[in-house]
Amino acid sequence: MSAPLIVFFLLAALAVVGALSLILQKHPIHSALSLIVVMVSLAGLYLLMGAEFVAAVQIIVYGGAIMVLFVFVIMLLNASAEEHTDFSKLAKFGGLPLALALTGLLAAAMIHNGSAVPNNVTPDALASTTDISMSLFSTFVYPFELTSFLILVAIMGALVLAQREKKT
Amino acid sequence: MVPTQYYLVLSAILFGLGAVAFVVKRNIITIFMSIELMLNAVNLAFVAFSQSMPDKIGGHKLDGQVFVLFVIVVAAAEAAVGLGIIILTARNRRSLNIERVDLLKL
Repeated sequence: MSAPLIVFFLLAALAVVGALSLILQKHPIHSALSLIVVMVSLAGLYLLMGAEFVAAVQIIVYGGAIMVLFVFVIMLLNASAEEHTDFSKLAKFGGLPLALALTGLLAAAMIHNGSAVPNNVTPDALASTTDISMSLFSTFVYPFELTSFLILVAIMGALVLAQREKKT
Repeated sequence: MVPTQYYLVLSAILFGLGAVAFVVKRNIITIFMSIELMLNAVNLAFVAFSQSMPDKIGGHKLDGQVFVLFVIVVAAAEAAVGLGIIILTARNRRSLNIERVDLLKL
């Protein structure tokens, strides 16, 4: 087995274990920490694929900004372990097979289409950040400007939601 | 070199786990985190496809990686607004349990 394959399986196992732990942990703060494990191992996989810029953005924005926001809200609301509720009979017996069916279907469809992709690129060459920025500011310049508008709207929405009700 | 299919299978597994977590968990914040997990799984598929697509001069076609940046921006905006909504519901209902938020339930 070659070295990249070993690294891939280590990181993939870490990601899957983190995702399982997200489901199995009862306390939201433990779930948040396992999600951070998933995100960091995904950043490692991006580096393995040679997508260095995406890996850096993944760590900074997801691992840094978004997850800190989550942990902040969990601390702010003083969230405790979730209450156990009963599932319906259908969920209890049909849930696991249906989840496995969804995963299998997705994997089968993606492998089917993935094998149609010509795979004659130089193996895992670094995707240069220059090329990404050239593409971002030429081909995708309108969607890019649209995302800045989206962020503005999101900031205003968060401000309106966080506002205290007026004492009238 | 790791085959593209391995990444795609991992992406499908992570998406499935995210979907299961979305349905199984009872805490609003954890449900929101499982949405982020599903977005991450899709990002992995995007980058895997981008790295296996050649462009005309023999490099990678980078459109997939640009899409990942857009997905991350949308996820950040969604997290900002969504967590604001969560704080408001938690303040009004005095609980983070999703079963207590049943205004739209018949």
